[in-house]
Amino acid sequence: MSPLSTARARPGRIWARFLLRRLLGLGAVLVVLVTATFLILQLVPGDPARAAISVDASPEEVAAMRHSLGLDRPLAEQFASYVGGLLTGDLGTSFQTGEAVSRIIATRLPFTAQLAVFSVLVALLIAVPAGVVVAVACRGGRRRPLDTAFTTTASVVGCTPEYIAGTLLVLLFAVTLGWLPAAGAATPASLLLPVAAIALSPAAALARIVRRETAVVLEEDYLRTARAKRLGGWALYARHTLPNLLTSTLTMGGLLLAGLMGGTVIVESVFAWPGLGSRVVQAILVRDFPVIQGIVLVIGLMAAVINLLVDVCLGVLDPRTLTGKTEEASSS
Amino acid sequence: MTSPPRNPTLLRRPGLVVGTAGLLAVLVLAVLGPWVWGDQAAQLSDSTRAAPGADHWLGTDALGRDVLARTLTATRLTLQTTALATALAASVGLLLGGTIWLSGPRVRTAGLRIIDVLVAYPALILSLLVAAVVGPGPTASVLAVGVAGSPAFARLTANLAGSVAARDYVTSARMLGVPKHRLFLRHMLPNMAEPLLVLVSVAFGTILVTLSGLSFLGLGAQPPHFDWGSLLSEGLRELHTNPSQALGPALAIVLTGTCAGLVGDAVAAGADARSSGVRVLARSTDETSAPAAGTGADSGAGVLGVRSLTVSDAFGTRLVDGVSFDVGPGEIVGVVGESGSGKTLTAMAVARLLPTGLRTSAEVMRLGDLDLHGRPEARRLALDLGVVFQDPLSSLNPALRMGTQLTEVLRTHARATPQEAHERVRRSLVRMRVADPDELMRSYPHQLSGGMRQRAMIAAALAAAPKLIIADEPTTALDMTVQADVLRLLREAGRGGETAVLLISHDIAVVSSVCDRALVMYSGRVVESLDTSALRGGEAAHPYTRALLSATPAAALALAPTGGGAPPDRLATIPGRPPRPGLRPAGCAFAPRCSHALDLCHDSVPAPVGTGTGTAACFAPVTAPHDNAPEDAR
Repeated sequence: MSPLSTARARPGRIWARFLLRRLLGLGAVLVVLVTATFLILQLVPGDPARAAISVDASPEEVAAMRHSLGLDRPLAEQFASYVGGLLTGDLGTSFQTGEAVSRIIATRLPFTAQLAVFSVLVALLIAVPAGVVVAVACRGGRRRPLDTAFTTTASVVGCTPEYIAGTLLVLLFAVTLGWLPAAGAATPASLLLPVAAIALSPAAALARIVRRETAVVLEEDYLRTARAKRLGGWALYARHTLPNLLTSTLTMGGLLLAGLMGGTVIVESVFAWPGLGSRVVQAILVRDFPVIQGIVLVIGLMAAVINLLVDVCLGVLDPRTLTGKTEEASSS
Repeated sequence: MTSPPRNPTLLRRPGLVVGTAGLLAVLVLAVLGPWVWGDQAAQLSDSTRAAPGADHWLGTDALGRDVLARTLTATRLTLQTTALATALAASVGLLLGGTIWLSGPRVRTAGLRIIDVLVAYPALILSLLVAAVVGPGPTASVLAVGVAGSPAFARLTANLAGSVAARDYVTSARMLGVPKHRLFLRHMLPNMAEPLLVLVSVAFGTILVTLSGLSFLGLGAQPPHFDWGSLLSEGLRELHTNPSQALGPALAIVLTGTCAGLVGDAVAAGADARSSGVRVLARSTDETSAPAAGTGADSGAGVLGVRSLTVSDAFGTRLVDGVSFDVGPGEIVGVVGESGSGKTLTAMAVARLLPTGLRTSAEVMRLGDLDLHGRPEARRLALDLGVVFQDPLSSLNPALRMGTQLTEVLRTHARATPQEAHERVRRSLVRMRVADPDELMRSYPHQLSGGMRQRAMIAAALAAAPKLIIADEPTTALDMTVQADVLRLLREAGRGGETAVLLISHDIAVVSSVCDRALVMYSGRVVESLDTSALRGGEAAHPYTRALLSATPAAALALAPTGGGAPPDRLATIPGRPPRPGLRPAGCAFAPRCSHALDLCHDSVPAPVGTGTGTAACFAPVTAPHDNAPEDAR
């Protein structure tokens, strides 16, 4: 009698170990982010204090600025006070407006989070059904024209960056048709165009991945087994195909979803969306360092959290990924 | 297979052709653009914000400059910065990846982890970080996008180095004492070039888009210089007055990005052989047609009755050619033959699980009172016919618990409640000698051993008490020791009740030890049907069956070496190979390899004739066992 595999542990423990490892990973990302944002100020060529204020500032003004930035202190002390500030929620004040950075983030974060969440959902809700339907319809080389049309559309849309999609959407729905507002966040309808602009390109790229992965899964032996059980289309595709498909799709598409945070930043500028992205761009243009540091830190954390959520979903869908073996195999 | 392409290399890759042509056109524009349209692009005029017309195809901007000319002129700066940033990303990445690989194991592990984090990080945000440090401007944006693009190259380099380093020529170079950095540059880098180039073409597209994005935000090209990104942001501001102003640069970015993407896809597809060729897929709704009015009158009282079953491919070639057989209640029938003999196709035709593109026809094909022609009711098919496949790991869904999969037929088709279904499968598992069935049902397939998985598959097939189980090479993927175990359980399953078994195997020894009767298939036809007791006694009548037996170690003991053939301690091999289905000779398919063949055998196909132990489709059956009887084997 062959015994059950001995390498078997309780599911709860596997999950605990998995979450611990991922949280440690999140901690590492946080450390990298804090260090990187701290270094922004240190790496600015020349004198960041001078860069931060006008070119014709007097030496006294520059010195005062240096002092207020803490640049006249030793590096370690600066870092300690930066981290200390972060821990107490003090992220400094904007050079430009004198507002507390923590306050800027608090008022703008909900807008950006809203965009990001809806965009991830919309991208997944478009990509997965579209990819599966096309793969099933074109199985075994049938319906070539549909396949070609899908691939062509998806590649062109996938290569259309968010800011161009945004511009074109504004042109069509706001300027030409006048159905939707072109900018701002005044009404719920304002959300439609930015979300569409952010989600379209990753949705198209993801749909191609889903289509390819579905084709692979449809060929698997276990799907033949499922057919041998004479299951209906829903059970066949939703229960037997989808989970396996989502595993490989999320593994590859996870990067796309995290990249969505980048799209959010840029699209906010197109739609004058009062979120973190449009604010950080404005801050970079006027070299408002505390604001840059704070917002880059928060946006970076959001991307890391999306990554973490993708991994948790993967763990739920395919418990094999929990042990981290696939991870090590791919990176060694 | 589809119709053969006329020009295989080009027609199969239209993406590569279109993409390359597009990129070349953009390159020509980049060279010529500023010379031809540069002046026009800077020419101020009074007709500001003009709509598109004959003079200005895309209209004019706020200062009366021609938008088309500006878009074309901007090609050069855009491509220059993109190329620079790509080169920067590739070289920084290569350096980083190489350094990581060359450093010690601890640094390597840490380095790879950090790079993984960076790769998973949106490039635009990394770019913002760099832009924040350096300040807005073209240098900053090139630097930013280049640095942000480098982790992808670093990871690929480090991973490739890891795999290339394991190859023999690198190992031998290392043995010869070649220093590590020389090893990397001389011996390894050239072998990593292809995947790296694929990444370059992919990265070019994404970098173009990101760089234009930074310019669009005002962080890239600064006036009076302009690229597509900055033109687009001007266009966005004028969207309400002259919409076409945004269209020019938008189209330019999308088209160039798409072309780079197409080239990348095509090159990657060429490097990855996996995506070439489309496999034919299994499909449950294959087309079945009944040529004759098969009423089942002559098909006996068996569980399964098949008359003149033919399976043809899309070109009309008969892969299975007129196969007839019966399986009685509780009988275990083995179908044996070499690969390509049509045994699996026969079984899958009966199970109605043939791949798409194959056509089935039969005079009679029925399971009990269920007609397998046309569209038999799914419920009946699922409950009356169980299928056990070859590889129990790949045949089980990795994402579902065993219990979910094993009880699925009962829950879906037998209207059993989850508890009933669980209990029935549990009892079936106990019958299969599974020590802890509940534990097994809680597990995922990958947590079980191969033998355990196959027992579970058989148990699930038995749980619905089907009339027939089709087992397609059920033990081929298992260890020798487990094989015997599973076969014994399968036999007990058949003997135990009303369930008949159709066992497909290439191993005549397996069939003769497990089955009641054997069907020997050769080139799509059944050549002999005989009781396995006769098989074990060496009484096979068809020369092919005898040849199979003498090529098999376990069964060879029971059979004498033929005439002046191989010595008793050596296994015989059958000279030649089976004909391909399309090239089957006019007569008996085995005739060209048969030592007993008559002239007649080459001209007409023999019909099955009674042999005393069964039937054989042969004009010259080896009727008298003593002709080739053991001359006292040992």
